[in-house]
Amino acid sequence: MTVIEATGTQERPGVIGQRLLRREDPALLTGEAKFTNDIQVTGALHLAVLRSPYAHARITSVDVSGALAVPGVRAAYSGADLTDQWSGPMPCAWPVTDDMKNPAHYPLATSKACYAGDGVACVLADNATAARDALDAIDVQYEPLEAVIDLEDALSDRVVIHDELGTNTSYTWNLLVEDHEGAVDEAFAAAAHTVSERYIQQRLIPMAMEPRAVLAMPQPFGGEMTLYSATQIPHILKVMVALTLGIPEHQMRVIAPSVGGAFGSKLNVYAEELLCVALARKHGVPVRWNEDRSENAMATIHGRGQVQRIELAADADGKLTAIRVRLIGDMGAYLQLVTPGIPLLGAFLYAGVYDLPKAYDFSCTSVFTTMTPTDAYRGAGRPEATYAIERATDSLAAKMGVDPLEHRRRNFIATDKYPYEAYSGLVYDSGNHDGAATKAAEMLGYDELRARQASQNVEGSTKRLGVGVTSYFEMCGLAPSRVLASLNYSAGGWEAATVRVLPTSKVQVVTGSSPHGQGHETAWSMIVADKMGISPDDVDVLHSDTAIAPLGLDTYGSRSLPVGGVAIAMACDKVIDKAKQIAAHQLEAAADDLEYAGGVFTVRGSPDKTMPLAAIAFEAFTAHNLPDGLEPNLEAQVTYDPPNFSWPFGTHMCAVEVDTETGHVDVLKYVAVDDCGVQVNPLIVDGQVHGGVVQGMAQALWEEAVYDTDGNLKTSTLAEYLVPAASDVPSITTGHTVTPSPTNQLGVKGIGEAGTIGAASTIINAVVDALSGLGVHDVPMPASPQRVWDAINSARINPNGGSQ
Amino acid sequence: VIPAAFDYVRAGSAEEAISLVGQHGEDAKFLAGGHSLLPLMKLRLAQPSVLIDIGRVSDLSYIRDAGDHVAIGALTRHMDVENSDLLKQHVPLLAHAAHHVGDPQVRHRGTIGGSIAHADPASDLPATTLALGATYVAQGPNGTREIAAGDFYEGFLTSSLAADELLTEIRVPKMNGAGWNFQKFNRRAQDWAIVGVAAWRRNGDSGVALVNMGSTPVLATSVSSALARGASIADAAEQAAADADPQADLNASVEYRVHLAKVLTRRALEAASS
Repeated sequence: MTVIEATGTQERPGVIGQRLLRREDPALLTGEAKFTNDIQVTGALHLAVLRSPYAHARITSVDVSGALAVPGVRAAYSGADLTDQWSGPMPCAWPVTDDMKNPAHYPLATSKACYAGDGVACVLADNATAARDALDAIDVQYEPLEAVIDLEDALSDRVVIHDELGTNTSYTWNLLVEDHEGAVDEAFAAAAHTVSERYIQQRLIPMAMEPRAVLAMPQPFGGEMTLYSATQIPHILKVMVALTLGIPEHQMRVIAPSVGGAFGSKLNVYAEELLCVALARKHGVPVRWNEDRSENAMATIHGRGQVQRIELAADADGKLTAIRVRLIGDMGAYLQLVTPGIPLLGAFLYAGVYDLPKAYDFSCTSVFTTMTPTDAYRGAGRPEATYAIERATDSLAAKMGVDPLEHRRRNFIATDKYPYEAYSGLVYDSGNHDGAATKAAEMLGYDELRARQASQNVEGSTKRLGVGVTSYFEMCGLAPSRVLASLNYSAGGWEAATVRVLPTSKVQVVTGSSPHGQGHETAWSMIVADKMGISPDDVDVLHSDTAIAPLGLDTYGSRSLPVGGVAIAMACDKVIDKAKQIAAHQLEAAADDLEYAGGVFTVRGSPDKTMPLAAIAFEAFTAHNLPDGLEPNLEAQVTYDPPNFSWPFGTHMCAVEVDTETGHVDVLKYVAVDDCGVQVNPLIVDGQVHGGVVQGMAQALWEEAVYDTDGNLKTSTLAEYLVPAASDVPSITTGHTVTPSPTNQLGVKGIGEAGTIGAASTIINAVVDALSGLGVHDVPMPASPQRVWDAINSARINPNGGSQ
Repeated sequence: VIPAAFDYVRAGSAEEAISLVGQHGEDAKFLAGGHSLLPLMKLRLAQPSVLIDIGRVSDLSYIRDAGDHVAIGALTRHMDVENSDLLKQHVPLLAHAAHHVGDPQVRHRGTIGGSIAHADPASDLPATTLALGATYVAQGPNGTREIAAGDFYEGFLTSSLAADELLTEIRVPKMNGAGWNFQKFNRRAQDWAIVGVAAWRRNGDSGVALVNMGSTPVLATSVSSALARGASIADAAEQAAADADPQADLNASVEYRVHLAKVLTRRALEAASS
C-alpha cells in the first residue's frame, strides 16, 4: 500500500517518530505466540454450552441425563442447577440513568431464552469432542415466543421480552444544550436551510480472528484461582469475576496471553468466563472453553445497531445553527458490561468538527430486542455520530447546491479558536481541520476528479464516478475520571505505569494497558527509550497479568497511548529525577547543575564529570553510597488521570465508480489524512489507519448481522458474514498532519479507532454522490449491489422520494 | 466446528474406492480435496459414517490431450486446471474459470471432480463444463459409463452419480477458435458467485451456462437458440433467465438475480464476440 509521509510536520530527534518494526511480529508471524487455547494443561475438563435455537422462548424443562451417558462426560448442568454459584448477576458497569432498566442476567438462562445463542445448559467432559457430542443429548423443552428484531417494534412493547420489567425500553437519555430556552426550536424556525435524515446503523459482528477462549485453573491450596482469557480487560475482569462469584479479589489472578484481536468484543465479562471459573471451583480441576466461529457470531457481543434521526438547521450561508438528534439504540437481549453507554459515547460528536452555537438537542432511547447483546465495537458510538453528521452535511450541501468540501470549510471550527469550548461544555484540545482537508484534497486530486465526474456522469452513463468526503473528530483517551462520574460510569479512567531500571541498567516497564494486536510492547519501549536516552532493545514491557501488573484499566477507546503511554513518560521523569539525585551525590555536584542526555548525566561546565545511567542503576542496587534517606531502587510508579479527552481529527476522501447496471461499487482510491498529534511510531499509526479504514469500509459495503423475522442469525459463518479480504479493498493512501495535544507531555492523541470513524460515511457519501444525477439521495449500509440497484430503481420510479 | 464421529479409510485406487463404498453403503462419502464436504461436516450438516479418502489415488490426477477433447482426471486440483498449458490452448474458458474458484488455498486443495460431483449450482466449474458440453466419466462396480454434463445435474447437490460410483474423468471438447468469456459477480473475490455466466461462441454455435440461477447449474439454451436465429446479443441476453429458476438469498432477490443474469450474459456474449 502507498504511504505518503507527512513532511516537515513532526521534526523530533530521538526514538519517538521512528518507523521501528514491531517486536511482537516475529512470534505472531511464526506461530510461536501463545494464545489462551495454546496453553496445555493436564487434566483440564472441557466446557461446552448448549445454546437456545430460539430467539425468544420459555424454557419449560431441561433434562441433562442423556449428556451424562455420553462417554467422557463428567458433569452436565442446567441453568437452574448452577444458581448457587453466582453472588450476583452478570455486571453492567454503566447505569446511564438512575431509572435505567436492567434485567438480571446470569451465565445460563433458567426460565427464558432471550436470543438465539443464549446459553441454557452446559457440559463438562474429558475432551472437547465428548463435550460437543453431549450437547446433542440434552433435552430442553421450549415454548417459543415471538421474536422482536425491529427497534421501533421493540419500542411499541407489542411483545415484552423481560416480563419483570414490563417494557422493552431500557432508558431515555437526553442532552439539551441551549443558550436560552427554546433556542433549538427558534433556530429551526429561522433556518434558511434544513435537512432531516434517517439512517440505520446496521448490526455488526466484531469477528476477531481469535475467537474467545477461557482457561480457569484453581490452585491446589488456599482457594486461589487463575483465569486465562482472550480478553482486552484483565484488570476489570479480575474485579468483576471476584464480585460475581464471591471470590476474594486478592485470590483472583487474570492473565490475558496473546490475544488475537478484539475491537471491543473482548471488553466484557462473559458467561463462559464465569462458568469456567465457577466450575473449576466446584470441581477443583482446570476448566477450559474455546469458542467456535458460529458461537462467536451468536454469543460474543455485536456492535452498532441504531436508528438515527438527525436534523440540521443552517443559515443562508450554510452555517450550522442547530442540530437535533433522536436515536433508538439496540441493546440486544441483555445489558453487557458497557452496553447502555455505547450510543451515548457519540452524544458529544453529532456536531462533528463544526462550529455549532449552543443549540443542540440530543435524545437516545434504548430498547431490548431478542438478538445478541450489543456493546463496544471499534469506535463505539463515535462512528455512528460521525456517519450521521457527515451524511447529513452532504445532504445539506446538496440541497444548497454547494460543493461538499466548500460547505465543510464554511463550518469548520477555525484553528485559532483552539482550545475550543464546544456547545457541550467539553473542551477540544487542538485542531486544524482545513489543513487536513486541504492535504486530503491534494492527495486525492479532488478538483481533477470533480472535472472528470462532470464529463463521465452524463445521460446514459452506466459507470458513474463519485467523490466522498468526511471530516471527523474522535473523542478518545478515555477518560477523565470526573467526566466518567458525571456519566454514571462505575469506574475511573486513569492508567498506571511502573518504570524500573534493573541493576544491569536494562529497563522493565509495567503497564496497565493490555494490548491485543496494537503493538504496545514496541511503542512503550520507544517512549522509554526516547525519554531515557537508551535503546528500545534495552526495554522490556510487562503487561496483561494482574499478578505482574496489578494496577490498570486496560485497553479500549483509543486510550492506551494518551493515558497509559503518558503515564509511562511521567514515570520516566520520576526515574530520571531520582537518578539525578544519585548522580549528583556521586559526582559531588548540585543536582541543578546536572544535564541528562543520551543516557548520561553531565555536570554543566565540567564535561569530564559524567555518570551513565548504567552506573547509577548499579549504585541504586548495591546501595553502598546513596544520598541519606534515599531508598535503594531506581523505579517509579505513576497513576495518571487525564485532565481531558484527546481529540484526534482528520479528513478522509475517496473516489468510487458505481456500475449502475449491477449496483457494484468499485472504490478507486482512498485517502486518509489523520492527525493524531505526535506519532510515536508512524508505522504502527499507518497499520491502525489501514485496519480501521477497512473496518469502516466493511460497514459501508459488506458487513451486516442479518436476522430473519423469527430472530435467527442468518450470517453466523464467514461465508455469509462478509468480512473483506485484502483482495477486496483498494490501496489506501495515508497522510498525516501533526497538531500536538497540549494536554499531555508527549503531545499524543490516539489512533486506534480513527480509521473506522472516518471511513463509512466517506464511502457512502461517494456512492450517493455518484448516483445523485439519477435522483438517489441515500443508500443504506451496507451498500450491497442489490441495495444500490434498488436505490437506483426507486429513484427512477419515485423521482421526488429521498431519504426522508 | 467439531464434526460428528466418523470412520476413515484410504483408498489406493479407484477400484478400491468403489469396493469400499460398496462395503460401507449409503452413509459413506468420498473425500477428495475436502473443501465442500468438510465445512458441512464441521457444522454437522453432513454426518457421513465413513470417509473414503481418494486423495492419494494419483492416477486420477492428469490433464491429457485426447484428440477432439481434453481429458482431465477427477482429482486434478483447480490450480493445475488453471495453469494447464494444454487447457489454455484448447479450452481457455475452463482454465480461466478455474482461476475464479475460491481463493489460492482452496484452489491448491480442491479438485475439479470434487466440485462437479458435489453439484453445487453456485460453484463455477459445474456450469462452465456444462456450457462447454463436457462429458463426465463415472466408474462403478460394473465398469465405467459416460454421462453428458446436461444429464448429470438432477437437483440441489444431487447428481445422477450412483452411490457406488466414482467420478473419474471430465472430458471437455476442444474449443479452438471460439470466443469465450466468464463473468463472476460477487461481493468478495473469494465468494461463490451471486450470478455467474460462462459463455463461448464459434461460428453459429454458442454455449451459455449460468452459475447460481437455480437448484442446478443452468444451460441457457434459450439464449443460444436466439443467437442461432440471428438475434442481437442484447435481445438474446434478455432470454438469459428463461431456463432458470433462481432463488432469493441474503445477497440477491429473485428479481435482481434475473436482472443480473441478463446483464452478465450480455456482457459475456459481447466479450466472447469481440
